[in-house]
Amino acid sequence: MKNLLKLDENGAHLASQDHWTLIREHDGELPPGPLILPFKRWLERQCVEPPHRMSLHGVWLGPDDELEDLASRLYVLPLIALDFPSFRDGRAYSQAYLLRTRMGWEGELRAIGDVLRDQLSHMRQCGFTSFAIREDKSAEDALKGLSGMSVLYGRSVIEPRPLFRRR
Amino acid sequence: MRPMTMYQYDEYDRAVVHERVAQFRDQVERFQAGELTEEEFLPLRLQNGLYMQKHAYMLRVAIPYGTLASHQLRTLAHIARDFDRDYGHFTTRQNLQYNWIELHQVPDILQRLADVDMHAIQTSGNCVRNITTEAFAGVAADELIDPRPLAEILRQWSTINPEFLYLPRKFKIAICSAEQDRAAIMMHDIGLYLYANAAGEKRLRVMVGGGLGRTPILSQQIREDLPWEHLLSYVEAVLRVYNRHGRRDNKYKARIKILVKALGIEAFATEVEQEWQHLRDGPAQLTAAEYQRVADAFVSPDYAPQPDDSLDFGTQLMASADFARWVARNTQAHKVPGYVSVVLSTKPGADTPPGDLTSAQMEAVADWADRFGFGEIRIAHEQNLILPDIRKTDLLALWTLASEHGLGVANAGLLTDIIACPGGDFCALANARSLPITAAIQARFADLDFLHDLGDFSLNISGCMNACGHHHIGNIGILGVDKNGQEWYQITLGGSQGKAAALGKVIGPSFSAEQIPGVIETVVHTFVDHRQVDEQFIDTFNRIGLEPFKERVYPSRLEALV
Repeated sequence: MKNLLKLDENGAHLASQDHWTLIREHDGELPPGPLILPFKRWLERQCVEPPHRMSLHGVWLGPDDELEDLASRLYVLPLIALDFPSFRDGRAYSQAYLLRTRMGWEGELRAIGDVLRDQLSHMRQCGFTSFAIREDKSAEDALKGLSGMSVLYGRSVIEPRPLFRRR
Repeated sequence: MRPMTMYQYDEYDRAVVHERVAQFRDQVERFQAGELTEEEFLPLRLQNGLYMQKHAYMLRVAIPYGTLASHQLRTLAHIARDFDRDYGHFTTRQNLQYNWIELHQVPDILQRLADVDMHAIQTSGNCVRNITTEAFAGVAADELIDPRPLAEILRQWSTINPEFLYLPRKFKIAICSAEQDRAAIMMHDIGLYLYANAAGEKRLRVMVGGGLGRTPILSQQIREDLPWEHLLSYVEAVLRVYNRHGRRDNKYKARIKILVKALGIEAFATEVEQEWQHLRDGPAQLTAAEYQRVADAFVSPDYAPQPDDSLDFGTQLMASADFARWVARNTQAHKVPGYVSVVLSTKPGADTPPGDLTSAQMEAVADWADRFGFGEIRIAHEQNLILPDIRKTDLLALWTLASEHGLGVANAGLLTDIIACPGGDFCALANARSLPITAAIQARFADLDFLHDLGDFSLNISGCMNACGHHHIGNIGILGVDKNGQEWYQITLGGSQGKAAALGKVIGPSFSAEQIPGVIETVVHTFVDHRQVDEQFIDTFNRIGLEPFKERVYPSRLEALV
């Protein structure tokens, strides 16, 4: 994917090379991998693979997809992406919280869709680690939105203790 | 300086408001430079309190749980003078709105607010809004537990909480802990009632799914006997269920009340309970130390208790019937003998829209708060200002000053204490104007003697279905509707707030603006004719029902039936 920001041990940076290809279509020919497939499509392929083999492909979920259906398959996944059909649709924040905090997902969690600078810090706090910035926007500019504010009153995935336990 | 009777900002709280100003300043600049589209900028400005109205931007400033220090009120006055048309409008959610704001000045206004520990964060947008409680919190004689510490704890927790900033729709939380529910908790997305159990421990009753608007619904209980330590984890559970499952396909069906109604209260409660089981006893559990840290800020001021039957005060009451009437209507019992809380009515009559105060009036109120009280002011959801701690022996001096400034009218809780939204004169959403209707009714009922004889009587006006004037819970509710581009008004009767909250019933076909004062008069006279002794309107209405009012308001229909 292009226009991608990543968080890793080196901090936040523009990913110059990303080998993932996002597949939005629910059917049709697939290009060579590795791919980020729609949830149903990934599941279908998974059924014909040996169940415990590491999947070549990642998966993306829309806000209507049921996270729980993924629970037993997390360990074969190389990447999970959550879609923001609109930046005003906040369901993926809760999905990210559940994936990280309740389901124990520790791999890459990518924000895709309507991903914009002014929401990046919220996404980061909810556990996203890579951000596919909408392609008409500058990823370099968006980088400035990642850090957000210095104080979080409540709690989040990356800081599970509310401020009153840190104050 | 801010008195010690209120929550004190520390370096964390200050960092939040100051960094937020810098962040929004950058967003405004990027919007003006064309880097952000209108659509992208919209939720950012809304979450900083900035609306686009008919003629200009409107800025809504948060007054958390309606509590202000005198120096903060002076700052609000200065902002009105320097950036607006020398007045501000207090709202039904205990906030303040400026109606004539220039976008490029907003960051400077927000900076002035931040300098006095104030902000406009989340006063709009699809997020958790300003936490409200009743205006007499901490001083009311009938209070069980002071709700302000938990209100402040909730304010902090809900401020820029990253998971819950893009909810399906706005989300309003109110908390109250008095015999009378003056915070209208049953019309909130979450209503919290704080009480003590038999062992004296703080407990919460949690109500969800209330709200007015297009589909008015009173909230239902989902949890009783919740130990206070679980406040944040429980609210988090409710919000997560709502954020995941609330409808997003239709703005008018997106409030939590629709989800609760669709699932049924039991299924919804089960969902919340399941979510909460994962959160309870975790890091979100409140600690006694945190409660104490916040509660310590709300210490009682240095009261000088006095006998309640001071001779001087008695003489003053005898000497002036007008003063005695104001004391009877516009003061509220206080927990400390010799003190009362004073309601300064912002509704002196037809010339002033409800809730509007000039800069000079705000400054005067701030002075009175310093001179007679402990430097604190409250905003009531009825859009009046409250001075919470006034000695009875100071009431005459205060009333005299208040009267000189147009704030001494003895109509708290009376028919002319009208709650009204800004309506079609300002608001882009409105179907009809509410202010001319308000003025016409106030002009028709200018006789204070008559109003006092009528007793408690609420009249609420909203210019559209969004119900910012809370028309559903007015004894008389007036709703502006649009019929072929004309302004019409629908009337409901029998609404009430408080523990016996009820939604008004529509009386019949709507009226033109010119007909409204006459119709209200007919309703009032019907009440007077059926009233038993000193009955309140709502009791008469509940006894006789809608029919007698209908018959008088629509006589020609009756004739047609004969």
